[in-house]
Amino acid sequence: MSKETKKYLVEGEKGQWEVVIGLEVHAQITSKSKLFSGSSTKFGAEPNTQVSLVDSAFPGMLPVINEFCIHQAIKTGLGLNAKINTYSVFDRKNYFYADLPQGYQISQYKNPIVGEGEIILDLPNGSKKIGIERLHLEQDAGKSIHDLDLSNTFVDLNRSGVALMEIVSKPDLRSPDEVNVYVKKLRSIMRYLGTCDGNMQEGSLRADVNVSVRKEGDTKLGTRCEIKNVNSIKFMQMAISYEAQRQVELLESGKKISQETRLFDTKKNETRSMRSKENAHDYRYFPDPDLLPLNIDKNLIEKIKKSLPELPDQKKERFINEYSLNSYEANILVSEKEISDYFEEVVKNSDKKLAKNWIMGDLFASLNEKNISISESPVTSNKMAQLIDTISSGVISGRTAKEVFEIMKETGDEPKKIIESKGLQQKSDPKELEKIIDKIILDNKDTVAQYKSGKDKLFGFFVGQAMKVSGGKANPQLVNEILKQKLK
Amino acid sequence: MSDISKKSLTEIVKLIKKKEIKSEELTQSFIKNINNDKKLNSFITNCSENALKKAQNFDKSPKLETLLPGIPIAVKDLFCTKGVRTTAGSKMLENFIPSYESTITNNLWNEGAFLLGKLNCDEYAMGSSNETSYFGNVLNPIAENTVPGGSSGGSASALAADLTPTTIGTDTGGSIRQPASFTGTVGLKPTYGLCSRWGIVAFASSLDQAGPMTKTVQDCALMLEAMAGFDKKDSTSINKKKENYSKNLTENIKGLKIGIPKEYRVDGMPKEIDRLWENGKKILKDSGAEIIDISLSNTKYALPTYYIVAPAEASSNLARYDGVKYGFRSTKGNNLIEMYENTRSEGFGDEVKRRILIGTYVLSSGYYDAYYLKAQKVRQMIKNDFDQSFEKVDAILTPATPTSAFKIGEKKDDPISMYLNDIFTVPVNLAGIPAISIPAGVDNNNYPLGLQLIGKPLDEQKLLNIAYAVEKKINFKQSLNRWWENNV
Amino acid sequence: MSIDKDKIKHISKLARISVDEEKIDDLIKDLSSIFNFIEQLNELNTDKVEPLSSILNLPLRSRKDEINDGKIRDKILENSPQKNEEFFVVPKVIE
Repeated sequence: MSKETKKYLVEGEKGQWEVVIGLEVHAQITSKSKLFSGSSTKFGAEPNTQVSLVDSAFPGMLPVINEFCIHQAIKTGLGLNAKINTYSVFDRKNYFYADLPQGYQISQYKNPIVGEGEIILDLPNGSKKIGIERLHLEQDAGKSIHDLDLSNTFVDLNRSGVALMEIVSKPDLRSPDEVNVYVKKLRSIMRYLGTCDGNMQEGSLRADVNVSVRKEGDTKLGTRCEIKNVNSIKFMQMAISYEAQRQVELLESGKKISQETRLFDTKKNETRSMRSKENAHDYRYFPDPDLLPLNIDKNLIEKIKKSLPELPDQKKERFINEYSLNSYEANILVSEKEISDYFEEVVKNSDKKLAKNWIMGDLFASLNEKNISISESPVTSNKMAQLIDTISSGVISGRTAKEVFEIMKETGDEPKKIIESKGLQQKSDPKELEKIIDKIILDNKDTVAQYKSGKDKLFGFFVGQAMKVSGGKANPQLVNEILKQKLK
Repeated sequence: MSDISKKSLTEIVKLIKKKEIKSEELTQSFIKNINNDKKLNSFITNCSENALKKAQNFDKSPKLETLLPGIPIAVKDLFCTKGVRTTAGSKMLENFIPSYESTITNNLWNEGAFLLGKLNCDEYAMGSSNETSYFGNVLNPIAENTVPGGSSGGSASALAADLTPTTIGTDTGGSIRQPASFTGTVGLKPTYGLCSRWGIVAFASSLDQAGPMTKTVQDCALMLEAMAGFDKKDSTSINKKKENYSKNLTENIKGLKIGIPKEYRVDGMPKEIDRLWENGKKILKDSGAEIIDISLSNTKYALPTYYIVAPAEASSNLARYDGVKYGFRSTKGNNLIEMYENTRSEGFGDEVKRRILIGTYVLSSGYYDAYYLKAQKVRQMIKNDFDQSFEKVDAILTPATPTSAFKIGEKKDDPISMYLNDIFTVPVNLAGIPAISIPAGVDNNNYPLGLQLIGKPLDEQKLLNIAYAVEKKINFKQSLNRWWENNV
Repeated sequence: MSIDKDKIKHISKLARISVDEEKIDDLIKDLSSIFNFIEQLNELNTDKVEPLSSILNLPLRSRKDEINDGKIRDKILENSPQKNEEFFVVPKVIE
């Protein structure tokens, strides 16, 4: 089993095995229209309503490429510190399937738009570089629906032709945990850049997982199997565990691993071989003669580079320095661009320590409770900043603030309004507090005497009394100060 | 008015513009010829009824400033015509009615013309004799048992028999020029990219070009003017200023240099062809042009190159014919794969299936480098040959075909002997340059033979001028005895 | 290249075209003669030649990211041999 600081190894009967994992992530580009046609890409539309003649491959139809998609691929490549290829080619990947109307997918084979890059993972035992092999543009296929009819399959081509970026990692991943961090980091980078929304439930992000095993210490790669189309991180992890175990058992019993494509069965939690006849896929790639080679101007790359927003790694460094955060805290606050933007807006107008504690504590808890994202929360950054300000300036105590927050998260009301309407302001007028305290001292002469004779713990009694009389609203700091003075 | 259907398009347009003839009268004369034809089988779909209505509408408010006012035109059944059956000569599309209009035919209709009918052709444009059509063979008007050439056999036949005043075809390896030569008519394949491919049933995307087929060179210039133009829906469409080919047509070709490639003199070439070629040279000299011997050293490899590249692209372009979205679907088959295999086996004819298999082969794993990649290299060499020659000459003169029209069935059993029909035309498509075939004379059987002029990219005006000058001097006249109107 | 029955069966599977047993021999004959013909290219030394990447010496033209198509379900489905109101209908794949 894996321990955070130990290597992930599979225990076989005859020894320990290392798992080697490579991921091919398919990320849907945030374009409004498809890669080679002007149909909409919006999720959830009625079947076949976002399909043009080009998407359904009618005779004589031709592709014209979407400029925005080219730019997003370049942006993502830059975000992965990768080489942008100024010359790339679109190839046809030929195979037959009901949801592939052309009988081929327009993809990129030998000359992808983006070359080698890297992603740096923050792991518990340090950071690790995962190599990126390449990124290329390709069309998505439509959907085949098998379970609406007993003997027929229904085909919906809404997704056919949607623009995808395929991001291929080097086989540098070594555990399900690493895969988790990798996918989250990749997703975060693309969300920062705005090139993919990373919404796995809607299918904007899915992966083919390549798994092989080798004896611990071996440097040669074992035969790998590809688990296709896994659409959640949890399933990726489960698939990897199962597949690694399966391969170890096969090898230890003297058998060979056949290189094949498998599916992850989410009901049985196991990987299964796809129909082996179809494994003999010969895609017969050749350059698409309906398109021309793509030449990218260096000026365009520079222009896009200059327009890049601050990426997670840079932001994390800056947060650590500017806001005195530790690595763990910074990681959390930069994990999503919405969160880091929110944090910075709050911190502009309020105390940074309070800001981080309130956001990472109460706010996150409320988001989890309601299963919403930070941008959906009624507690906007303005209102959060306001709340923190009322604490720093002594209008209310920290404890009262929690009460106020409970109301804010339901109603989205401004803290100042809530405080006023409920009369929650702290009593901070020294004269008023002196009056209250003087009366308490007057009414409790015996206890005062006992305190003055050395029973220090009784201080709390006076504080308690002051709170009781003031209905909990006395400014605790002031109460302390005044009491200390008067009880000298 | 003497038989108007025998007149050239240019003359007819003049008469319409001078209001000496109405479109209805004009259209009726062609409809009469179509109805009287019992044997040629040049039409797959007869649109007479609708054409007459359009003619009548035109006459009600004639717009005379367009290029083709009130002209009925029958077109090769490879152009998708909205609401009118488009079959590509195949059982696969026997009942296919497109909901869209090809850019080329749309351009013609925008110039005042309207659809007279859809013309027979070799299935999916694959053939050189119009003997592979699902809708039966087409006969050549020059003699009862001869082929009209292919794949635009129906177009050439209808044109030569006065069933349409002009027509359009497509040329991938010679499919306009070779039938033009066989039928004593004019056929032009424009520079690749000059005419849009959108809405034309695709055969081989990097070779296909639509072009005019006419009775005279002047007609050809007029048609090209109406057809050509940038189309943003076609990524291989050239964006250039429109030219007035017909207005600028001139027979003054003094000082132009014409190349004679020695490699086009093939062993066993009929003497008549040589004689006509020499005659062509003499005419050019007499017109003030200079004759220069040139060498296109890789000519003999053009045909084998073509028979790798074209089938490869076709195998991919025809993958969309799977019985799912449109067209024929076999009733045999219990699952998707069986449905595909039966649909494509029953829906495609033998020649198409042969070429798909060849194309699949040459792209397949292990063979791609030796065949497809090699062919693309040789293609570059052939293009280089032309580029180098065009530094010395303005145009090149060659025979259009190695023989005159052969008998029906004569070459059906030997694919190679059929392919050799295109030996002079194929290099032009590989290089993407323009070429025109004009009638040069007749052979001993009185069958027409064509001369081919090949031009520089986008140099159609000069090419047309040279053809115009030669045509005038040759003064080819063809008078056919309309045997196809006899019932016997 | 030698064309034999197995090759024909393999390639026709890839091309999704079923071939009748009786026709295979004719196919072998025709394809063999065609391959003989195209193998003439082996006579040429093409080591120093770049394959043609495009017949046009033009940049790949792109279009703006606008929604200007789709929403034509009726047109898309009307030509299908088997369909219902919303989908194309095909026989099941055996998986």
